[in-house]
Amino acid sequence: MPAYIHLKIKRQNEPNAKPYWQEFKIPYNPNMNVVSALMVIRQNPVEISGKVVDPVVWECNCLEEVCGACTMLINGMPRQACSALIDNIFKEKGSEKPIILEPLSKFPTIRDLMVDRKVMFDNLKKVKAWIPVDGTWDYGSGLRISEETQQLVYPISRCMTCGACMEACPNVNKKSKFIGPSSIAQVRLLNAHPIGAMHKKMRLKALIQKGGIHECGNAQNCKRVCPKNINLTRHIAYMNREVNSYALRQFLEED
Amino acid sequence: MKNAKVIIVGGGLAGLMAAMKIAEKQVKVDLISLVPVKRSHSVCAQGGINAALNTKGEDDSTWQHFDDTIYGGDFLANQSPVKNMCEAAPGIIYAMERMGVMFNRTPEGLMDLRLFGGVKKRRTAFAGATTGQQLLYTCDEQVRRLEDLDFVKKYEGWEFIEAIIDEAGICRGCIAQNLASMEIKEFLGDALIIATGGAGMVYGKSTNSTINTGSAASIVYQQGAYYANAEFVQIHPTSMLGDDKNRLMSESARGDGGRIWTYKNGKPWYFLEEMYPAYGNLVPRDIASRAIYQVCVEMGLGIDGKNQVYLDLTHLPEEYLNKRLGGIIDIYQNFYGDNPKKVPMKIFPAIHYFMGGIHVNSNHMTCIPGLFAAGECDYMYHGANRLGANSLLSALYSGTVVGPAAVNYINSLDSLAAEKGQKSGAQGVKHQQEIHNKITKMHGTENPYALHAEMGEEMTQNVFIVRHNKNLAENDQKLQEYLKRWENINMLDNNSYSNQTIMYVRQLKNMMELARVITLGALRRNESRGSHYKPEFPERDDENFLKTTLAAWRPNGPQFSWEDVDTSIIKPRKRQYSKPKEV
Repeated sequence: MPAYIHLKIKRQNEPNAKPYWQEFKIPYNPNMNVVSALMVIRQNPVEISGKVVDPVVWECNCLEEVCGACTMLINGMPRQACSALIDNIFKEKGSEKPIILEPLSKFPTIRDLMVDRKVMFDNLKKVKAWIPVDGTWDYGSGLRISEETQQLVYPISRCMTCGACMEACPNVNKKSKFIGPSSIAQVRLLNAHPIGAMHKKMRLKALIQKGGIHECGNAQNCKRVCPKNINLTRHIAYMNREVNSYALRQFLEED
Repeated sequence: MKNAKVIIVGGGLAGLMAAMKIAEKQVKVDLISLVPVKRSHSVCAQGGINAALNTKGEDDSTWQHFDDTIYGGDFLANQSPVKNMCEAAPGIIYAMERMGVMFNRTPEGLMDLRLFGGVKKRRTAFAGATTGQQLLYTCDEQVRRLEDLDFVKKYEGWEFIEAIIDEAGICRGCIAQNLASMEIKEFLGDALIIATGGAGMVYGKSTNSTINTGSAASIVYQQGAYYANAEFVQIHPTSMLGDDKNRLMSESARGDGGRIWTYKNGKPWYFLEEMYPAYGNLVPRDIASRAIYQVCVEMGLGIDGKNQVYLDLTHLPEEYLNKRLGGIIDIYQNFYGDNPKKVPMKIFPAIHYFMGGIHVNSNHMTCIPGLFAAGECDYMYHGANRLGANSLLSALYSGTVVGPAAVNYINSLDSLAAEKGQKSGAQGVKHQQEIHNKITKMHGTENPYALHAEMGEEMTQNVFIVRHNKNLAENDQKLQEYLKRWENINMLDNNSYSNQTIMYVRQLKNMMELARVITLGALRRNESRGSHYKPEFPERDDENFLKTTLAAWRPNGPQFSWEDVDTSIIKPRKRQYSKPKEV
């Protein structure tokens, strides 16, 4: 059993400040995860050199991998800190090497491991990821949705907007406005709903604007890092076909 | 009234539903939330939402839903609001379905329903085992649309720190602090709705998210709102204990056929099925938690001699489990390693839900005009114990009540906050800036995180499943010491940007104030009812305690009084789950 957990953390005091590294060693306990390790540090924020430092700032909330808040780079991989079990990391990499924590690189850093993922919520606005109901009032039962459709799109509805797919996608970068895999998959979810389908054109149209689905380079990293195992590449491919047939129809009908 | 505005604090189900209802009435909303609203704690609700849809040929009705809820709550809930909620439930679910929630379906394409605790009819609509997440996301989408239409303005990453109450005693909005820049700012509004959820963090570890400190509810209590029935805290029977939190294993696991057992004399003992033949594994949560506690702590029959028993799904078909319980199976496997489809899960009870909360009237307004509360932070619908899958319902339903009620209230006002609230707002900002400056200069010896962990352990030790007056009295002494030790905190973080410790120090004091209300409320209630169990007083005592506990904040501790419970519809009767319920 290892005696301690060694963490190397990339820190940054505020959005425009220069990043720096700090290392910490904390006592090992079984069943810990990266969040619980960070919680131990803040109860006694002392660097490896013995220097007392400011507690590390990070974002977390549910601690059961459903809220999406605690996504960060852990040994270079974008994933949720709460479900990154120390024992598993040790099994893969050994306990000697430090566990490296960095903020996601595709989003502006707020402080330390905390980033601003507002762009993802803005992208949901761009693709109009909602159903334009007339109102929230009760007008009785009515909808029928097949089990098959529900089972097909339910996994998409578990997307936590966590940012892992954006981080892993080479086409999401400073030069592009690519809306990323998760927003494209949301279009499939909403277009599959019987009322959502009545408004599918507005979403398809949104997908062919600047930063839209054509900017996907099919690197397929998104699918590999999605913590909810959403088959993002399959949903993007499906939406690509939908968008193409929409564009063709538009072309033919416009004349 | 033209140019009126409502401030909502909290972007979980209750807050988002209120925002939709208010925007539908053409009134603008400022929505303040600690986190991007899509990350609110409502995502953690798993098993489903109750509504008597009666689509399973079981002759269900909203009356039976109402009776089950009142009986399950041991007759402490005010009956008229609960009846209204149960009657509104089917309409709410169908509206959520229209807005996009991907509920599980029957082969005919209708919403499927599953069984839940404390009931005999299938009444729980569900989206796998992530129903809260799906409901929240759908509300989030609707509110994003309203944001796009300029009806709602979101302030995500802001923390509520004070309600603005003017000289006439009317609430005119609130003061909030930005969690990055640390700016303190007034949000003037004609009604303020607190929808900030539960307070699991008071116990250090619970099934709640880290933002569920109860701080906002504690603040309005300290500003003059009553806090009601604080002693009723739901302890969920099936959770996976952890160092950082206790993770919920949904009641739907038992609703869909899961069984609880441990070894007795070398053989599996299905103790809930034996003790409560009429309901078996689906007894309400307070009953199941007490039984597990009894088996582990009092009889010493926990698995491997530890405080844990099995929650077993291994006899159920794999495809059935994937379709209905995939979400929680993933959680168990990710955090524990074992596959629940092959190996029974090890579980123990943990703090889960607060039946008590901010005292409100049937319009969800507190005793302070203009100040409203909805969702888990209010006290309205669950009495002494909440039935599973009623929390998503009460969160949404209270949102549908509080939104229109706030608009009606505004229409009765003579003047708006923009005019009447400015002076109090400016004073509030100044006052809070002083508090902020004072906290930044705290250089004592107490680490706030360690102090919080210590308080959580004491609370879990003394104000848990089984309560003794001696321990409760000692716990309150401890809490008073913690309040003194709080004065000696060391503000660890010297950075003035995105300083989480400052906010944590603020929350910690509010948690301590709330912990006293929970503890002393429990001390005063010398009976056993729902989740509140005292071996010294093992029976329910309607003569003395069929009453709502009210706490008013005073500088030296809460001042308590009682309020009668509305029992106008169903006459209180003995609650027991060993026999079928008589309606």
